[in-house]
Amino acid sequence: MVETRPAGPATNAGPGRLLIAVYLLFAIAATSRAGLQIATKFDEAPVAYLLSGLAALIYIVAAVGLARAGHTGRRVALACCSVELVGVIAVGILSLVDKELFPDETVWSQFGSGYGYIPLVLPVLGLVWLWRTRRAPA
Amino acid sequence: MGPMTSAATASSPVDGIVATVSIVLSLLVAAWALVVAVRQRPPDRVQFVGLAALEVSLLVLAVLAVVAVGGGDRPGEPGAFFGYLVTLVCLPPLAWVLARMEPTRWGSAIVCAVCLVTPVVVVRLQQTWEVLGG
Repeated sequence: MVETRPAGPATNAGPGRLLIAVYLLFAIAATSRAGLQIATKFDEAPVAYLLSGLAALIYIVAAVGLARAGHTGRRVALACCSVELVGVIAVGILSLVDKELFPDETVWSQFGSGYGYIPLVLPVLGLVWLWRTRRAPA
Repeated sequence: MGPMTSAATASSPVDGIVATVSIVLSLLVAAWALVVAVRQRPPDRVQFVGLAALEVSLLVLAVLAVVAVGGGDRPGEPGAFFGYLVTLVCLPPLAWVLARMEPTRWGSAIVCAVCLVTPVVVVRLQQTWEVLGG
């Protein structure tokens, strides 16, 4: 099922490229949405919109990290996926407990239900992919 | 009410046969790309032709929208509407470029993923047009 790669495993080939593509789509979606919200109606829900902006930034950096591969790229991707997972779970819980905090939808509200729960699945897939492509200890 | 008339809100330029064709085409390409990916094949000619046809129908949709706006109609959320419109026409080329970089089954999987996202963007485009009309 998984092609064996004799050389060092790369995060930017095979299934990794699909992962990068999905990250790219989310980066585009989140960036344009957050940009528009911050530009046109920032005062309505500053916390939610700043969070959308942060999420957008993380998607972009994660996509770049995975695409660049290499040691630094992997660490960057690892950090982004971890922050994303913590973020989507924390905001998911907070948005259920305290609706006042997020009066408008964000990418991570209700565990990303507005985006088909993909925001919840994506960091998990990212972490699994980083784990699968890790360098075997010599 | 402003300059908005009932005639202007009556019909949406992005909610007709062209939008339906785009959605159906996109889902067909997604289904085919999935079959190809499951069969462990790289993106094939059918996917390329499908993406090209999808791009043509999306460009027609964009032209219809621009013509409607030129004729005085206004989308409910202009910023979001044009954001979705620009994103939409970029999706098939993006799918093809990414798929060409990955000449394995995963290239076909990328085509499938992008073609599943495209109908969602078409529907969001329709929703951002209709906010005022509702």
